[in-house]
Amino acid sequence: MAPHDQPQVAVVAFGQSDHLRTTDELSEVEMLMPVLHEVLAATGLKTSDIGFTCSGSSDYLAGRAFSFTMALDGVGAWPPISESHVETDGAWALYEAWVKLRTGEADTALVYSYGKSSPGSVRDVLTRQLDPYYVAPLWPDSVALAALQAQALIDAGETDEPALAAVASRSRTAAATNPHAQLRGAVEQGEYAVRPLRTGDCPPVGDGAAAVVLATGNRARELCERPAWIRGIDHRIEAHGLGVRDLTDSPSTRLAAERAGLFERPVDTAELHAPFTSQEVVLRRALRLADDVTVNPSGGALAANPMMAAGLIRIGEAAARIHRGASDRAVAHATSGPCLQQNLVAVLEGEARA
Amino acid sequence: MPKEPVAVVGVGQTKHVAARRDVSIAGLVREAAQAALLDAELTWADVDAVVVGKAPDFFEGVMMPELYLADALGAVGKPMLRVHTAGSVGGSTALVAANLVAARVHGTVLTLAFEKQSESNAMWGLSLPVPFQQPLLAGAGGFFAPHVRAYMRRTGAPDTVGSLVAYKDRRNALRNPYAHLHEQDITLEKVQASPMLWDPIRYSETCPSSDGACAMILTDRAGAARAPRPPAWMHGGAMRSEPTLFAGKDFVSPQAGKDCAADVYRQAGIADPRREIDAVEMYVPFSWYEPMWLENLGFAEEGEGWKLTESGVTELDGDLPVNMSGGVLSTNPIGASGMIRFAEAALQVRGLAGEHQVDGARRALGHAYGGGSQFFAMWLVGAEPPTG
Repeated sequence: MAPHDQPQVAVVAFGQSDHLRTTDELSEVEMLMPVLHEVLAATGLKTSDIGFTCSGSSDYLAGRAFSFTMALDGVGAWPPISESHVETDGAWALYEAWVKLRTGEADTALVYSYGKSSPGSVRDVLTRQLDPYYVAPLWPDSVALAALQAQALIDAGETDEPALAAVASRSRTAAATNPHAQLRGAVEQGEYAVRPLRTGDCPPVGDGAAAVVLATGNRARELCERPAWIRGIDHRIEAHGLGVRDLTDSPSTRLAAERAGLFERPVDTAELHAPFTSQEVVLRRALRLADDVTVNPSGGALAANPMMAAGLIRIGEAAARIHRGASDRAVAHATSGPCLQQNLVAVLEGEARA
Repeated sequence: MPKEPVAVVGVGQTKHVAARRDVSIAGLVREAAQAALLDAELTWADVDAVVVGKAPDFFEGVMMPELYLADALGAVGKPMLRVHTAGSVGGSTALVAANLVAARVHGTVLTLAFEKQSESNAMWGLSLPVPFQQPLLAGAGGFFAPHVRAYMRRTGAPDTVGSLVAYKDRRNALRNPYAHLHEQDITLEKVQASPMLWDPIRYSETCPSSDGACAMILTDRAGAARAPRPPAWMHGGAMRSEPTLFAGKDFVSPQAGKDCAADVYRQAGIADPRREIDAVEMYVPFSWYEPMWLENLGFAEEGEGWKLTESGVTELDGDLPVNMSGGVLSTNPIGASGMIRFAEAALQVRGLAGEHQVDGARRALGHAYGGGSQFFAMWLVGAEPPTG
């Protein structure tokens, strides 16, 4: 393997919607379109200029099969485009696009994702992604499963309720300066949702969309003053059965980070997709983040957690900090599945500033 | 630096049937994956990454089933990617897996697509009401029948062509032990006497609903050198998408299909597909799509596709055999159907297609489409490694 012989890929633009509890008046396409226009305007590219397009979304959130086809109509795929879709968070769509660019078959890619949780009960919907024969029929919901993980961490002495409350407080305070966040500024820890998690430890339920433009080599430098180079990106999955996993650890995150080259040099920023406060505890350890690393300056998933977009937003937020010179080397993380089953890690860098 | 050549060294599929009540979804996919590993003489430990595809999650009633399938597919500790591009997904999934090898991200990749339609009800899955969008109340046949009629009007094709395709594909399926429909007593008269469902599409000119899975092992040049059986080499692969609904769309011969084929031929250095390609596995869920796609893929001039079919060119012993395996008309686990086309093309150039082998097949095309004829995925595989 000689990774440096493959085209180098950078995030050159990022856009996201305002994340809202409900968007009854908007279809998914209407929610997505302004974001697509934003990243295209930022790069000056038209749909027909893009070499490859990839999206992430979920039919179960939309409540219908082939829901992504309508978004494609919105993209304006004419003349026909080279395009694909992953049925998961847009971070994995970005990974597919990164692979495509690494083959040299395209030099730009548009990646987008979106999800509306408001039309249904997302806690109920997510139970449908569990083992369909033995677990899903019991309807264990996502908050209950996260609470199991939180309790395991407390029992192992890795954290306690005040420490979790501090994660929540720090995240929402950081989000005060994020105009897109759903929860901004101080939020009460509230009552127990499922012990030991209080409402403050849980992400808001909401709707949102995000889009990223990737480009290779000199194309990236033309499109962006300070491209956020993807130095490494990798993702790993763990067993599905919670009973066979150590919920206090995230070996898949650690392995993905190692393969992405995270541990080669320190980072200054981390955007972690940790919808529950307790999951930040797990991820910080797996990623070996030093105390001086700025974690989730955007507020993270505790401030806005649009399903299928929240992971892509972590990569976008990390890249945007590099674009504006607030970071030189950042790590972005995305997760999928119950209790951090599947994890993606990307290491982003800006070139040295003159 | 040029891309790494991609080779297919293992192919596995299940026996496709209406309902596999003896296995779970995990059991079904594991069967196909193990068959592919056996073909490649590799173990689970040799696989670097897993790429899974299937059509809508509502077809089994499991949201993002790849999470639950991680264990069954030996993916724990590995990268696992899930692709979903409607009916073309089996083809797209194989292409995403191939890109991982071509970009030198991984050396050996397991790719798999499946559908276990008996777990739920596909018609229900496709008919969930959506506000402010037109309902698809008549199922897939109702959507495609008007486009078949448009083709007939446009080309003057006689109304017997559809039944010829169905009769051919069902006879081909008798030679394929994995095919779902094995109609031992099939005759042309029986096809033509079957009930009219969506005029002009008769019952025997439609695909069945199947449970089944298909898997392939894709690897790099070094992996191919170690393979115990001849590999199939990828010479070209492409995806194209266009909008479902817009005024300029040609539902009879979509531009995305033409562009996709042209891209694949360009990569493979093919100037005259009719002469230079030996066998074709194309996605024909309703029999009339054979002549329609023959034109769309450049095997016949516009308006001439039905003549190739009528003259027997696309028969198993014809000059350009199409759907040697029996095709989607004989086997349709929707999410896997595209990958089966890709895998059957690979089997042909490896010389491992058994009873439905085309003698001397050196180059074969695998084709898939989906949505409202808007998503296309194709690859061209050859017995020889690509040059250059």
